[in-house]
Amino acid sequence: MSTILPPFEEIVITYGPTVLRVCRAVLGSMDADDAWSETFLAALRAYPTLRPGSNVEAWLVTIAHRKAIDQTRARARRPLPVDPLPERPAPSGEDRRDGDLWAVMKALPFKQRVAVAYHYVAGMPYADVAALIGGSQDAARRAAADGIAALRKTYGEGGLR
Amino acid sequence: MTTHEPREPERSDVFIALPDIDEETKRRLHDRLVREAQTAGLLDVAYRTIDSPVGPLLLAATAKGLVRVAYGCEDHEKVLERLARDLSPRILHAPARLDAAAKEIDEYFAGLRQGFDLPVDFSLARGFRRLVLTRLRAVSYGQTASYAAIAVAVGNPKAVRAVGTACATNPIPVVVPCHRVVRSDGSIGQYVGGVDAKKTLLTMEARPAD
Repeated sequence: MSTILPPFEEIVITYGPTVLRVCRAVLGSMDADDAWSETFLAALRAYPTLRPGSNVEAWLVTIAHRKAIDQTRARARRPLPVDPLPERPAPSGEDRRDGDLWAVMKALPFKQRVAVAYHYVAGMPYADVAALIGGSQDAARRAAADGIAALRKTYGEGGLR
Repeated sequence: MTTHEPREPERSDVFIALPDIDEETKRRLHDRLVREAQTAGLLDVAYRTIDSPVGPLLLAATAKGLVRVAYGCEDHEKVLERLARDLSPRILHAPARLDAAAKEIDEYFAGLRQGFDLPVDFSLARGFRRLVLTRLRAVSYGQTASYAAIAVAVGNPKAVRAVGTACATNPIPVVVPCHRVVRSDGSIGQYVGGVDAKKTLLTMEARPAD
């Protein structure tokens, strides 16, 4: 195992896409960019103190999780706008399915949504998911299973289209 | 009931079809990170690469100035790893931060510039080596000096070999002109970028100005 930290650029290139997908799954495309940026800026700040050989992806998802909670709380405090916010320019065709995913994800309770995102999108084992979101490993597994079942009902077995 | 956690968690078929994040999105987020990191004072080392007649050059800068110029033969990936170890791992690809340096180096290779005005950071050289590098800046464009002459100039005439080592480990070649240091017998000597690169630079500098 390496005893020195690689340049942070390598961290951004290697884990940036997965963390963005996790942010989109938890918060939706609209807020995902802000959450991603806050996550990587916080990670850059703390990076020199990270122990070499740590699980970087789990570390990043942990930071992203805190940012997601902050954003969700901030949004709950904010009064709902009278008019819907204008949509951002539609992402390029390649990205559109991420938008569809979020449309379904946002119907899930927060706990199911994060359990699905961290286990299925980030690939974290349930033990790590449980440590991150609280509760037991079985509860995390159930939350993810319930979330996936709800998603599958909408999408069918063939995956997202 | 205890269940065994699979080592590789299965990715649900629901997510299998998710597309990659597109390049434009990656670029936009990366640019924003660079900008915010710089504002927050967290961009310790910025780098970029440029093309040159002596191959691709890696340029890296701290807040103090240009800290590293690396030839392709030095392996840019390894150079960045060493920068992470020796200076700070807070390293990002931030080409705009090196625009001024890139411009001066381009002008130098185009024969339009004989000296560099950019601030340099000698953090990667210490003690005697740093002293030698500082002295090298006095060897002007088109001139050469011998390793022995530099040893005399830094007040240590016996340190000819140490001068050679200082040149061979110059962290900022091209800009700090270790290529202008040659052997006393007139032969070209070694170079961090390879002997061919040294010849190219000296030949270019020996050309009369237009």
